Amino acid sequence: MPQLTFRKYLVLAGITVCATAGDSLLARGMKQLGNINVSPHNLSGLLLSILNPWVTAGILLLLAFFACYMSALSWADLTYVLPATSLGYVLVALIARFCFHEEISPTRWLGIALIAAGVGFVAAGPSLTPSRQHLHSHETPRDAVSQEVKL
Amino acid sequence: MKDLYAWAAIGLIVLTSTTGDVLLSHAMKRVGDVGELWKRRGVLAVLGRVLATPTFALGLMAMGIAFYSLLFGLSWGNLSLVVPASASLTFVANAVAARIFLHERVGRRRWIAALFVAGGVVLMGL
Repeated sequence: MPQLTFRKYLVLAGITVCATAGDSLLARGMKQLGNINVSPHNLSGLLLSILNPWVTAGILLLLAFFACYMSALSWADLTYVLPATSLGYVLVALIARFCFHEEISPTRWLGIALIAAGVGFVAAGPSLTPSRQHLHSHETPRDAVSQEVKL
Repeated sequence: MKDLYAWAAIGLIVLTSTTGDVLLSHAMKRVGDVGELWKRRGVLAVLGRVLATPTFALGLMAMGIAFYSLLFGLSWGNLSLVVPASASLTFVANAVAARIFLHERVGRRRWIAALFVAGGVVLMGL
């Protein structure tokens, strides 16, 4: 069973943080811009929205998210990586509660608990399960992954 | 009628984003550990190898379609319906698809996790 190194946990954290922060920044920027009709006649409006600093920052963070996501998928199962993306919902709710002192309803707390439990279930198991596909591929030395030097 | 359109969009989002995730995962497994590759050959080798993998381009296309389906879905349905419904259904669909197409061993642990996370996402969206 491949043991995750500190660097790999950083990549998983990058997925959660970058996706959440990127989405929030993008949403903030788009709200500032107001309604844009998504139609072929209004392409200039869409293109100009990139010039908004919030939108730019959001897009950069989403690119960073994509890089982390691709990196994680190169050494872990899809069903292992995916729950990490949903931790963002929990992160947003916790920031809203403790930084902005917003009220969180009991149903939302239950949702947070369920997501956290689900992520815990997956994280406690192996990150990569052997598959027929892996066993037959000799393109990359799989063992090098597990023997990676810890940071 | 509008509800029907919203659910059709949700169905399309789930289908395309699951397809995209599976294709991207398949592509990255073929590329191999990018951290290792980066250390040995440098960042250009990583980019070249990723871009040369056909399933990567297909996965990106599927993700693009999923993104536009989401935009259309949001114009037909409520944010509080479309986002949680598509996100949670995608989790379950991904677990099924990963098992069938990627041959991942989705054990009891991961099924429970997929259902928990899907349920949690719905509750957070309420």
